Amino acid sequence: MTDSKLRVRAVAKTYPGQDAPLQVLQDIHLDIRPGEFLSIVGSSGCGKSTLLRLIVGLENDYQGEILLDGQRITGTGLERGIVFQEHRLFPWLTVAQNVGLALENATLSEADKQRTIAEHLDLVGLRGFESAYPYQLSGGMSQRVAIARGLVNRPEVLLLDEPFGALDALTRATLQDELRRIWQAEGITMILVTHDVEEAVYLSDRVVVLEPRPGRIKRIVEVDLPQPRQRTDAAFVAIKDDVLSDFGQLPRPSLLPTSWPARSAADYLFAL
Amino acid sequence: MSTFTKQFQWLRARDLRGLALPAGLLALWWLVSHFQLANQHVLAPPQQVVQEGLSQISGGFGWDVLASLGRDLAGFFLGGSAGFLLGSLLGVSRLAEKLIGPSFNAVKQIALFAWIPLLSVWFGMGEPAKIIFIAMAAFYPVTINTFEGIRSVSRDYAEVARVYAFSRWQLWRRVIIPAASPQIFTGLHLALIYSWLATIGAEYFLKSGHGVGNTMIDGREHFNMGSVLFGLVVVGCIGATLNQLAVRFERRALVWRKPN
Ligand SMILES: Nc1ncnc2c1ncn2[C@@H]1O[C@H](COP(=O)(O)OP(=O)(O)O)[C@@H](O)[C@H]1O
Ligand SMILES: [Mg+2]
Repeated sequence: MTDSKLRVRAVAKTYPGQDAPLQVLQDIHLDIRPGEFLSIVGSSGCGKSTLLRLIVGLENDYQGEILLDGQRITGTGLERGIVFQEHRLFPWLTVAQNVGLALENATLSEADKQRTIAEHLDLVGLRGFESAYPYQLSGGMSQRVAIARGLVNRPEVLLLDEPFGALDALTRATLQDELRRIWQAEGITMILVTHDVEEAVYLSDRVVVLEPRPGRIKRIVEVDLPQPRQRTDAAFVAIKDDVLSDFGQLPRPSLLPTSWPARSAADYLFAL
Repeated sequence: MSTFTKQFQWLRARDLRGLALPAGLLALWWLVSHFQLANQHVLAPPQQVVQEGLSQISGGFGWDVLASLGRDLAGFFLGGSAGFLLGSLLGVSRLAEKLIGPSFNAVKQIALFAWIPLLSVWFGMGEPAKIIFIAMAAFYPVTINTFEGIRSVSRDYAEVARVYAFSRWQLWRRVIIPAASPQIFTGLHLALIYSWLATIGAEYFLKSGHGVGNTMIDGREHFNMGSVLFGLVVVGCIGATLNQLAVRFERRALVWRKPN
């Protein structure tokens, strides 16, 4: 268990836009507990990725402050890792080399590096793919490698930017379970950005709902359910619907199926 | 599939179909000279080329080939290294691009052979002038492709490097160069082809010393068509071999690319 406190204090971020400056984040306050799993949900364009980029240190021009263990964050550091939305593996490196890349500046012996690379590939279920190149992997496998790369140097905080967004439902569910297992086993503080409310409720201790233009915290929802969670559980569904209501996306009760097939084969009988 | 096409599949598998045209031309050549349809001083018959070739090989032709290959490779490495350095500089520094880029693009427009009079005045007709000429042929494609390759490396990769606290050198060595390597190889490949063309050109225009090009000029001056044609075949074979070596090397170095 790490005991690093992450504090986000009155953070605001403005991008210099083409015509007028674009304020992306405003007055963001967050205290993230050590070992907490925090999700950030919000419609697309409301500044979720920007917030992660500030925390990881890729953007240094912002107002307010971000503190890790009382230290102001300036620039990137090995104690903070990130899994980008696109896996961003290096195509010229094998799976093992891509994971090893994160250890390039770690103070470990070569043997130790090889050992922890192998362990982390095991952890994400990719044993046997060490020497495959990224072009040989499916989207889900690539994302697993990216997660292994994010974990391998044991950051205190791991940021995940819609890591499963582009995956099919089945792969997504599998990787969510793997991520939960890793989080429980390693005790790393995790901040997950997602637009999938169910995913957020399934994994998190707390869900932060952002509202857009400029990105502000609308509210923070505690998910006080034991892990592992049941998606069909009444309490789970209640929390999920509660968060969804913030988006005005609450599914309307209706007897009709949400969508009819656009055309059935029968339509073609007379359309020929 | 019929048994007929099956039987001849090995032909297609090794893609020997490309040999049909040369074989046809060879047959035509033989027919033309056999029935004496052309002046022998203009088109020597195949057997004369073979004889001439054999006599040249026993008369030290190997040294000419080595001399040509030697200056080809010397020029290639010189020009390729200079091109890599300049392309890298232009690629990493916007300032360098603004200062040097326009001049480079202007000078690049000068046809390569237009440099020969100047080179021969400055460096004479000997080896230095030839090697510099060949180096220039290799220089341009390597510079341009290195520059463009480096410039097109995605910022996303650089961000990954920053997240893992890479130094500038690590960013260069572990990210930028590998990411740009396909295009750098394209430049080197072109340079290898151009420098062989330039080698023969240099031997033509700066006639001194030994080389395959020189044997062909001697052949022409002595109306020895067999020698000229033999030289032509050797130049072609060496060029094709160099190209094949480059293709294989590239394929090995870039195994990580998705085969298409
Ligand atoms: N580098 C940038 N320059 C200017 N505007 C940007 C930049 N990056 C993001 N933006 C803008 O900031 C807003 C928030 O972007 P982002 O944080 O990526 O949103 P999200 O991840 O929630 O979809 C968007 O309107 C986007 O167009
Ligand atoms: Mg985003």
